[in-house]
Amino acid sequence: MNGPHDMGGFTGFGPVNAEADEPVWHEGWEPRAFAINLAMGMTGSWNIDMARHKREQLPALTYWRSSYYEMRHYALINQMVALGLITAEEEATGRMLTPPKPVRRVATADMVPGILAAGGPATRPSNRPQGYAIGDKVRARNITPEGHTRLPRYARGRLGEIVAVHGTHVFPDSSAQGQGDDPHWLYTVRFTGRELWGKDTQDSVCIDLWEPYLESLA
Amino acid sequence: MPHDGHHHDHDHDDEGSELSPLALRVKALESLLVEKGYVDPAALDVMIDTYETKIGPRNGARVVARAWTDPDFAQWLKRDATEAIASLGYVGRQGEHMVALFNTPALHNMVVCTLCSCYPWPVLGLPPVWYKAMPYRSRAVIEPREVLKEFGVTLPEDKEVRVWDSTAEVRYLVIPERPEGTGSLSEDQLAALVTRDSMIGTGLAKVPA
Repeated sequence: MNGPHDMGGFTGFGPVNAEADEPVWHEGWEPRAFAINLAMGMTGSWNIDMARHKREQLPALTYWRSSYYEMRHYALINQMVALGLITAEEEATGRMLTPPKPVRRVATADMVPGILAAGGPATRPSNRPQGYAIGDKVRARNITPEGHTRLPRYARGRLGEIVAVHGTHVFPDSSAQGQGDDPHWLYTVRFTGRELWGKDTQDSVCIDLWEPYLESLA
Repeated sequence: MPHDGHHHDHDHDDEGSELSPLALRVKALESLLVEKGYVDPAALDVMIDTYETKIGPRNGARVVARAWTDPDFAQWLKRDATEAIASLGYVGRQGEHMVALFNTPALHNMVVCTLCSCYPWPVLGLPPVWYKAMPYRSRAVIEPREVLKEFGVTLPEDKEVRVWDSTAEVRYLVIPERPEGTGSLSEDQLAALVTRDSMIGTGLAKVPA
C-alpha cells in the first residue's frame, strides 16, 4: 500500500532535531506502552510484518502527528480489536467485559531474557533458485501492491546494482497477509543518487529488496 | 471503536489530573491485558529494565573499539557481523542479521529506516526520537549531506555518502574511522570515543582531547 509510513524522499518535515544526552524515555507512560506492545507481540498472535502493516494502516495524519510510542499504541489496539483479543469497549473502559481468548504464549518475567536473546531470525530455507548475483544490474519493479510491501516508492522503476546477497528470508508481502513465510532471496541493491533523484551527486542509497521486487534488464 | 485518530492527547495534558489522557489510556490497557491474562506485569518490568540498563550504545562502542584494535576481529565483522558481534555477547531481538559498514577516507555510511524505525537494538539500544521521526526518515535518502550538516558533520565533496535503508530484517552498524592520534589508547579508552551517532553514521568518532 502507498501508506503514510513510506517516507523516503519527502522534504516538508523540517530539520532533524537531535536532542543532546537524550534519555531513553520522554513521557512517563512510554516504558509501559513499549513493554505492553513487546509483550503482546510475544503472545504469538501476529508476526512482525502484520504489526508493521497495522501501523501503516493508521490514518495518515494520525501516523504523522503521533510520537513513535503513541502511534504504536494505537496500532496495537487496532490489532487486538481486529483479532478479538479485546473489544473497543474494553479498551475504552479498561475493564474486562468478555472472556480472554487463548494465546500461544504468555511471557513471564523469567522467560523474557531468553525470548529477547533468541530474537526472531527471518532466514528460512527455500528451494527457489538464486536469480541474481553480486554485480548484476536490476530494475526495481514499478508496482503498487494493495497490501504490505517493503519496496519503497522512491525506488520503484529505478535501476540499481546487486551489492550483497543475504540468503532466503521471510517475504513480508506474504507474511503480513497471513500467507506464510514464503521465503525469497534477499539482496542489497545500490542505487545512485543520480538515478533516484536526478541529482548531480556521487552519493548513493542501498536498499534491501526481495527477488519479487526486482526484474532483470534483459 | 478501534482507534481512528481522534485522541492526540500527548501535548495538552489535563491540568486537573496528574496523568494525561494518553497516559491513563496506557495504564488502563495494561490492567485490562493483565486481567485477561495476556501480560505478566513483572515481565514488563524486565523488558523495561533491559533497555534502560543493559542494552545501549556502549555495546556497539565495544564492537567498534575491538574492530579498531584487532584486525582479525575486523575481518570477522566484515565476513559475518552477526557471529562476530555475538562473540562479545550482543545478540537477539532486532540484531538477528547484522552487517558492519566500514567507513573509509572515500566512503561515509549512514543508516536509516524510511518505512518504520528499524535499528540494531542489541548494539545501540532503543533508537533516539529523531531516528524515528519524520524529518530524518524522509530526508536521509534524498539529501543526506544536508541532514549531516544538521548534526554538525560536513564531509568533503569527493567522499561518497552511502545511505542504507533498512527495509528488511538486516540491521546495520557503522564502524566509524578511527581518529588520528589514538595509537596509544587502550580498547576502553577508544570505546569512549565512539558515539551512538557515529555508529548510525550521523556523526564521527570523537577526537581525544
